Amino acid sequence: MFGKLTLEAIPYHEPIVMITLAAVILGGLATFALVTRFKLWGYLWNEWFTSVDHKKIGIMYVIVALVMLLRGFADAIMMRLQQAMAASDAAGYLPPHHFDQVFTAHGVIMIFFVAMPFITGLMNLVVPLQIGARDVAYPFLNSLSFWLFMSGVVLVMMSLFVGDFAATGWLAYPPLSGLQYSPTVGVDYYIWALQLSGLGTTLSGINFIVTIMKMRSPGMKLMQMPVFTWTALVTNILIVAAFPVLTVTLALLTADRYLDMHFFTNELGGNAMMYVNLIWIWGHPEVYILVLPCFGAYSEIVATFSKKPLFGYKSMVYATSCIGVLSFVVWLHHFFTMGSGANVNAFFGITTMIISVPTGAKLFNWLFTMFRGRVEYNVPMLWTVGFMVTFVIGGVTGVLLAVPGADFVLHNSVFLIAHFHNVIIGGVVFGVFAAINYWFPKAFGFRLNEFWGKASFWCWLVGFYMAFMPLYVLGLKGMTRRMNHYANPDWQPYLIVAALGAAVIAVGIFCTLVQFYVSIRDRKKLTDPSGDPWGGRTLEWSISSPAPFYNFATLPQVRELDQFWEDKQNGVAYVQPAKYEDIHMPRNTGVGVVMGAFGTVLGFALVWHIWWMAAAGLVGMVAAFIVRAYDRDIDYWVPAAEVEKIERSRHAQLKQFQTTQVAPVAAPSRQKVA
Amino acid sequence: MSSAAISATHGALDDVLHGGGVDHHHHDDGSKTLLGFWIYLMSDCLIFSGLFATFAVLAHATAGGPTAKELFELPYVLGETMLLLISSVTFGMAMLNMHAGKRDKVVAWLAVTFLFGAGFIAMEVFEFAKLIHEGAGPSRSAFLSSYFTLVGTHGLHVTSGLIWLVVMMDQMRRFGLTDATRRRLSCLSLFWHFLDIVWICVFTFVYLRGAI
Amino acid sequence: MHALFSRLRYAGVGAAVLLSGCNMEVLTPKGDIGVHEKSLILIALGLMAIVAIPVIAMTLWFPWRYRSGNKKATYAPNWSHSTRIELVVWSIPAIIIVILATITWTSSHALDPYKPLESEAKPVTVQVVSLDWKWLFVYPEYGVASVNELALPVDRPVNFQITSDSVMNAFFIPQLGSQIYAMAGMETKLHLIAREPGSYEGLSSNFSGEGFSDMHFKAIATSEDGFKDWIAKAKATQVTLDGESYKALAQPSQKVPVSYYGQVTPGLFASVVNKHMGDMSHDAASHGEMPMDMHHHEDGDAVSSNITPAKAEK
Repeated sequence: MFGKLTLEAIPYHEPIVMITLAAVILGGLATFALVTRFKLWGYLWNEWFTSVDHKKIGIMYVIVALVMLLRGFADAIMMRLQQAMAASDAAGYLPPHHFDQVFTAHGVIMIFFVAMPFITGLMNLVVPLQIGARDVAYPFLNSLSFWLFMSGVVLVMMSLFVGDFAATGWLAYPPLSGLQYSPTVGVDYYIWALQLSGLGTTLSGINFIVTIMKMRSPGMKLMQMPVFTWTALVTNILIVAAFPVLTVTLALLTADRYLDMHFFTNELGGNAMMYVNLIWIWGHPEVYILVLPCFGAYSEIVATFSKKPLFGYKSMVYATSCIGVLSFVVWLHHFFTMGSGANVNAFFGITTMIISVPTGAKLFNWLFTMFRGRVEYNVPMLWTVGFMVTFVIGGVTGVLLAVPGADFVLHNSVFLIAHFHNVIIGGVVFGVFAAINYWFPKAFGFRLNEFWGKASFWCWLVGFYMAFMPLYVLGLKGMTRRMNHYANPDWQPYLIVAALGAAVIAVGIFCTLVQFYVSIRDRKKLTDPSGDPWGGRTLEWSISSPAPFYNFATLPQVRELDQFWEDKQNGVAYVQPAKYEDIHMPRNTGVGVVMGAFGTVLGFALVWHIWWMAAAGLVGMVAAFIVRAYDRDIDYWVPAAEVEKIERSRHAQLKQFQTTQVAPVAAPSRQKVA
Repeated sequence: MSSAAISATHGALDDVLHGGGVDHHHHDDGSKTLLGFWIYLMSDCLIFSGLFATFAVLAHATAGGPTAKELFELPYVLGETMLLLISSVTFGMAMLNMHAGKRDKVVAWLAVTFLFGAGFIAMEVFEFAKLIHEGAGPSRSAFLSSYFTLVGTHGLHVTSGLIWLVVMMDQMRRFGLTDATRRRLSCLSLFWHFLDIVWICVFTFVYLRGAI
Repeated sequence: MHALFSRLRYAGVGAAVLLSGCNMEVLTPKGDIGVHEKSLILIALGLMAIVAIPVIAMTLWFPWRYRSGNKKATYAPNWSHSTRIELVVWSIPAIIIVILATITWTSSHALDPYKPLESEAKPVTVQVVSLDWKWLFVYPEYGVASVNELALPVDRPVNFQITSDSVMNAFFIPQLGSQIYAMAGMETKLHLIAREPGSYEGLSSNFSGEGFSDMHFKAIATSEDGFKDWIAKAKATQVTLDGESYKALAQPSQKVPVSYYGQVTPGLFASVVNKHMGDMSHDAASHGEMPMDMHHHEDGDAVSSNITPAKAEK
């Protein structure tokens, strides 16, 4: 009846898990009670869960990503603590079985359920606003993508309390991840969580390519798109080109585990090296999928806060496109030590280092954007400068690892760990925080508190260097990754410093949470009446904060790059049209939620081999989709009168603001603009 | 996978009520949907590329079990192929009638397409059953794993196409030839021909090459 | 060019010394391969420093110099293009990458783990099997085997033939140089040479499950006499490594103490590799069993020549 699922699947004997479970249940009950008490269910359902508004979907992605960041970071702290303790004969506090799941979950969660939703969320929030569109190309599909992603999140979180998670490392190399060596449900949770969220990601990718190609404001040529949108376009092309490979790879692993096939087994002709190749054909583009939009965000931020146009816009675009293409011909550098010949290794090593040229050009472009500018040190700018310094170090160690002869002694060591945290934290995490601070006012109508934002930045920066510089040294001392304990007492002092670094980062995360709390509390004081708190250059800053649900009352005419900046210079930025038109908008729908829910049921049932339930989940998903195909009431028109009312109050507020000039932070910039 | 078509739908009624020229930007749904569907097809194409590549790597990993030459009966597979090719032609007839605005004929040709598609699936299921019965199931060797997965994935696609066909026939009867149904039918047509092309690759690289 | 490289090396060494006053195994190699790899690392770092250090300096200098409070600094609010700067920022990194690419090409060939080392001395063959979770070393020329201890004669090249009888591992002795994966059904090769006697840490650098953290071994580099003594000590052990005892050894176990086998059934390594080579029809019939009698050769190299070396190229 319930397949492999019994009550024994709940790990009663592991106190850490049980305490977490208790906390989650209590927290969940408290949230449930509060939402019920304040009668918010209807609000949440109508305004958020069923929303097809790209801004709300974007916000939901970012919120989930923040929650998952806490989970992924808890794993990180546990690992650092374990390694700080388990020197010589000490066993530490985590047995290998638990530790192995922790580092696997850390990697999977941070990449798939933190970094990816951060990026997708930012693209959702920003891209349509930057190109002057009222929504994405397929709003329902967008909602469906989000809820498929959520079902992946639910499965990963469930694995903590029901059964176990994969103990294989985040890419689950077979044969270790095969049924013979990983007989529990851990790898199955891994597979289905990734398949569901990966499907959502692919659909998002298609959605955004069409949005950017087809829905730009009248007149906006490709070479007039803001750089963030450009990077989003390249990222989504990479998504559509790379994620199908992940889907295939995981499907083949599934066939091995569920249908007794032999793609990657040690027996009957299976070939595990094929998995390693396939997973990295997806895996390497994936890191560019994450980092390119962050490059885009830095570009917007550095131009805005230097009070200058971005230096070398065109070379930025070409560099981004180059990186996108090259990212598909470097995958083998992840396994130079598999015994490919010297020619093959050298080829992939060289293609890899070529990527550093366009990446370096980007760094120079940011530098020369600041050059002869008037740099303002708001929080987003701090993250950007912190990123530039940090990323150079990560780039250098990355090119070093791309030299096969050097990789032969550094591969799989903690030097490698330090390298990719250097680029992922320094590049992606810093970029995401910069972007959140930068675009927050556009989403919510008020700025984030500067003090706590700066505190968070400094903690992250210092914590990062403390946590990962020792790992570079340890890598050179021959310490390999994923060790539960080690015999060499020499390593311990470094690992203690690294653990302290992680603690400093924890303070940084705490500061971010405080920043949100304080900002919401002081939202009146931090309000953004102009819609343009930083003296921005791109279209999203031309509308009110928060953006109205239809984004643009009239679609902006674009003739050049940084059109909004030009309009401000020419004093035509806030001209009201003589007459407003009706606006065509998509209607909210619960089908995405329903399909996500059935998807969760499907995934859970497959993990535990509950076939009837899996069938029900699949049929439910397909049926909900078909029902949607029969729904013809999927859009509506916003009457011109309503648009006019909203816009009038917006312009009244703007006028009041322009006469009083009470923008506390961005005051100097506004004067220059005017 | 018709979500692209579905999500972008809006009734023709709106055009009448609001006039064609209110907001060209958002009235461009047809071309948006088709572009999106093409991109989806490309991503699906990559899925098949992955499976073909896997098959190529494992084609000789027979682990002492039966080889392609021993297993495949070309005449039978040729029959399957013909069914699918004919179904593509009949779908083409349905599309011609759609452009001519003849709803009932569209439904009729879709029904014919369905029959040929279902015949193809039936033959494939029978072939799989026979192989498994002979002890040449997907667990026998890496070669057979990759064969069953590649051909089976194509079969699953055709099956989803069949479900989609049924839905479209029903929608055609209920709603007639609206913008939305035309758009969806165009997508389904692309999908169906795409599967045909994939099958020709399967026939060439799996069966023909295997038989040589 | 050479002078430049040696200067770069010194710069790199300086940086490394600054980084840590303590002993860094990878940077204190005890064999030729390791020595080359160390200098490769330092040259590459030195080359990249040519760009990286100015960039970091500029990253700190520009935002400070052009801070909004500094009204003395030039402000060029519309300046956003300079072909000259673009040329420089694309070409200088490109030139460095061209140099580095040349070094990469030559070093990848020079350090190819599959390439036998040139030496007057007769090489020693060691067959390495990674098991859950220990290392088995077979010396086909001497008919002995050991678990979790590897002895190497100094100044003689060692030809490693490496495979796995379970999941993927990687065979790595940091102070001697290169690592290479151990994979079931594959035979990977590695060629190392030790130049200084000593006891070096060896380990698996590819996660392989529960007992992975204890999957390390001692690599003892010793004089020719010391090596002979070690072989004699192993020979004196009254345990034979045959199908039975191998099966027992292959059972998953952790923190396995060092042990020796005085005798080894010939062809053992080949049969371990063949066991997992499902695409070879001749051994598929005996799948799952140890075909101990398949290859009877005195010489280890001859045995391995019966195996199609499965290279990881696609």
